[in-house]
Amino acid sequence: MQELKFKPKSRLREFLGEKLISVNAYIALLAIFLIFAFVFKEAIPIFTDGAVQQEASLEKMTFKQEFRAGREARWSWQPNSDIPKFSLWPLFLGTIKAAIIAMLFAMPLGIGAAVYSSEFADRRLREFIKPVIEILAAIPSVVLGFFALMVLATFLQNVLGLTFRLNALNAGIALGLAVIPIVFTVAEDAMTSVPGSLRDAATALGANPWQVSLTTVLPAATPGIAAGVVLGFGRAVGETMIVLMASGNAAIVSASMLDSVRTFSATIAAELAEVVFGSTHYTVLFFIGALLFVFTFLINLGGDMILARLKQRLQGKTS
Amino acid sequence: MITETQDRPVEKKELVELQFRPKTSGTIPRGLTLLAVVIIVVILAVIMGNIIWGGIGTVSWKFLTHPPEQGMEAGGIFPAIFGTVALVFLMVIAVVPIGVLTAIYLHEYTSPTSKMTRFIRVAINNLAGVPSIVFGLFGLGFFIGFIGGGLDSLFYSGEGPVWGQPAIIWASLTLALLTLPVVIVSTEEALRTIPPELREASYALGGTKLQTIWRIVIPQAMPGVLTGSILAVSRGAGEVAPIMFTGAAYYLPYLPGKLNDQFMELGYHIYVMATQSPDVEATKPLLYGTVLVLLALTFALNSIAIVIRSRMRKNRVGT
Repeated sequence: MQELKFKPKSRLREFLGEKLISVNAYIALLAIFLIFAFVFKEAIPIFTDGAVQQEASLEKMTFKQEFRAGREARWSWQPNSDIPKFSLWPLFLGTIKAAIIAMLFAMPLGIGAAVYSSEFADRRLREFIKPVIEILAAIPSVVLGFFALMVLATFLQNVLGLTFRLNALNAGIALGLAVIPIVFTVAEDAMTSVPGSLRDAATALGANPWQVSLTTVLPAATPGIAAGVVLGFGRAVGETMIVLMASGNAAIVSASMLDSVRTFSATIAAELAEVVFGSTHYTVLFFIGALLFVFTFLINLGGDMILARLKQRLQGKTS
Repeated sequence: MITETQDRPVEKKELVELQFRPKTSGTIPRGLTLLAVVIIVVILAVIMGNIIWGGIGTVSWKFLTHPPEQGMEAGGIFPAIFGTVALVFLMVIAVVPIGVLTAIYLHEYTSPTSKMTRFIRVAINNLAGVPSIVFGLFGLGFFIGFIGGGLDSLFYSGEGPVWGQPAIIWASLTLALLTLPVVIVSTEEALRTIPPELREASYALGGTKLQTIWRIVIPQAMPGVLTGSILAVSRGAGEVAPIMFTGAAYYLPYLPGKLNDQFMELGYHIYVMATQSPDVEATKPLLYGTVLVLLALTFALNSIAIVIRSRMRKNRVGT
């Protein structure tokens, strides 16, 4: 009994303990705020500093520029040439191109596997599929990048007869491998949380199991699947190491998925180390980081809102 | 009610809409979704097989315990292993207490519907979705520029940068922020498994809230804390983008001995060898060996976490 006895209560200790614990909880909140503040702080000269704006104003980063008198106006990202060129358009295009290829690859596989796991697989198979996805999710992105660089690129080059090994397709597929677990997890979660009463109702109306899935479970879980796709897209846009290693990193404006691409994230990773602190180039790289932050923040907020609403609706229906 | 429906003639249109086509067996959707699973499994098997096949011949005791030689074309990876371990060790010291206390605050002190709790949750979710390269920018701007630079100008003015430069402490703090959501989520999951009766029993014996948390709740939640820490280590050990500018070095002739030293790291070592090596064929065996070591480390950590977690879930079913 001795051990179970509590020491006399100390109000001060209770108070301090609670404060200590609550302070920690605000660190996550503070962190989000600080990330926003400090990444933006370094990007502010784009809006205020005349010297920076001379080379990289919002206008110059967006529209075609005539860099030498008489030459054709174009979009160009060449921050280290005699006339530094900071057009974000090639990078934007590259980012979107790689992310779209990744989604085209990851969506059918991720959603398909999620449907199979939640609707068709028996328990033993499901307990095999889930760890497989967890293993895929656990592979560090630098390893996926390495695989795309050493193996996948050669494979694609031989199969498709390409001139360039590293291109948007190669990076997109590798990126897709990182996205599959996100799409799978969110979609599968949405489908398994569809209440049994809905399934029972459809069965009572004469639907066989796969008809229940197709006509009842899938429509009910659609917002969840959409959220998985949205969150996956956010990951594809922000992912760095895979595209840095597998895309070839040439900032080209083209629609072909067999050309090399340079994405926002890879640009930061490749260039920040060599950049002069506080220079125009440095400022523009932080500006790109701020864009990435805002974009993924909105994507995540949107995905979470869809999921919260879905959860509410599904739970509401059961009661 | 019953008679009413019986009296009302059922319109034919209504019936048609509810009717399911008979005798469609569902082979096609079943087959297609199974195909998605098979493709994912095959891809994973190819990646794992390729890396194990390519790396197993290189990994030896000497490889693990010796530094790189001849411009990283021979020798081992000991400094990178040491750097990775030191990095995640410092990260764990920072992230586990903060993450656990945050989870305790969210689960034990506040109601889940309060506005502040929801704010904190949104912040945690978003923190998990911020691209890792943005964490790198933040680490550079906040830890190195603001905190490190601030310390230098306060205490070391005129000595050149002491803290305001890339260092292992800043890299590990950046990673700690990145892995904070992992620890919070898995601790919270554990807190949910603790039956409220245990807390009530403690109160009935005269325990205060703080005493209950310290002596009942935290010991019970230890498996979750452990799972979260292991998953955080696994994630942290694989991330490269956040440490590229905050402390990782291409090559160092010495091991880090102080908090403000730079360090070598497995993931960064892979990136450097794969992309910056003048002779890729010569470094290929070493590269594969390094990837295998990183992958083995990651998977070992993840498997341990999965085992602990599944045990924890079984316990919950038991109570």
